[in-house]
Amino acid sequence: MRDGVPIGLGYFAVSFSLGIMARNIGLTPLQAAVMSILNNASAGEYMGLTMIAAGASYWEMALATFITNARYLLMSCAMSQRMDPATPFRHRLFMSFDITDELFGINIARPGYLNPWYMYGAMVPSIPGWAIGTALGTLAGSLLPLRVVSAFSVALYGMFIAIFIPPARKDRVIAVLVALSFVSSWAFAHLPGISALSDGTRTIILTVALSAGAALLFPRKEAAEG
Amino acid sequence: MKVYLYILVMAGVSYAIRAIPMTVFRKPIKSRFIQSFLFYVPYVTLAVMTFPAILNATQSQISGAAALLVGVAAAWLGADLFKTAVACCAVVFILEFFV
Repeated sequence: MRDGVPIGLGYFAVSFSLGIMARNIGLTPLQAAVMSILNNASAGEYMGLTMIAAGASYWEMALATFITNARYLLMSCAMSQRMDPATPFRHRLFMSFDITDELFGINIARPGYLNPWYMYGAMVPSIPGWAIGTALGTLAGSLLPLRVVSAFSVALYGMFIAIFIPPARKDRVIAVLVALSFVSSWAFAHLPGISALSDGTRTIILTVALSAGAALLFPRKEAAEG
Repeated sequence: MKVYLYILVMAGVSYAIRAIPMTVFRKPIKSRFIQSFLFYVPYVTLAVMTFPAILNATQSQISGAAALLVGVAAAWLGADLFKTAVACCAVVFILEFFV
């Protein structure tokens, strides 16, 4: 649980900016908190909010959530290989609930089989940190000066940047892919016709196209890593 | 009400993604294409969602651009998730005194 405390605190700060965004599109603090308790996903919830704002269909929402959270599929695969066969099945169900970038990171970094109780301990500060931060962001967004809100609203992007830059530094294919993503995302936002598509739809199209292209041209040699 | 339905759809998909491999796949995925595709997906999604959206998240595009540059620099130099996010916030907070 001790390892979960800094994660919970970080979640609190970042989810605050998610709350501000939720408020901007008209969610109540309760709705925002429920969303965070049930989802525990920064990019996924961000994507979900843009889909709600765009009035997307439930199918689009499901597809967008799937694409944005697809990395958890990979993490879950990796974690499933590290479970002690003697661990009761129900632990797999409970542990799955809060597979996030950070909790995956600290769990997979420990040697040997995964310990369900280590995971649960880390979840104790993480889940409330994330949910309360979102609710407070939704509440306090209107009380804070504009400049503070403006500053908080980049926290989420800062977290995204911290996820894709370190691997881009180590791997040239990822670096080029990130640069291509920036350029094509910018182009899609400005090209006539395409820019009329919703943010979520453009993100899905670009993610599938660029990732599939990279997978065809530069298949990974090593076994997939988180 | 509609919002709760959206949230339920999100939650259902998010949980399925996390729980299905944990409970079903006891062996590694074999397709190298699927493996590579899944490997690249997070980076592309996050990069696409970050830019150009970060420019419009702040009151002025200049502070958004500065936050992006500082965030990239901080992460490049090894700052973790939390520190990078704080650095981005600080830049915007300070810059918007002036712009």
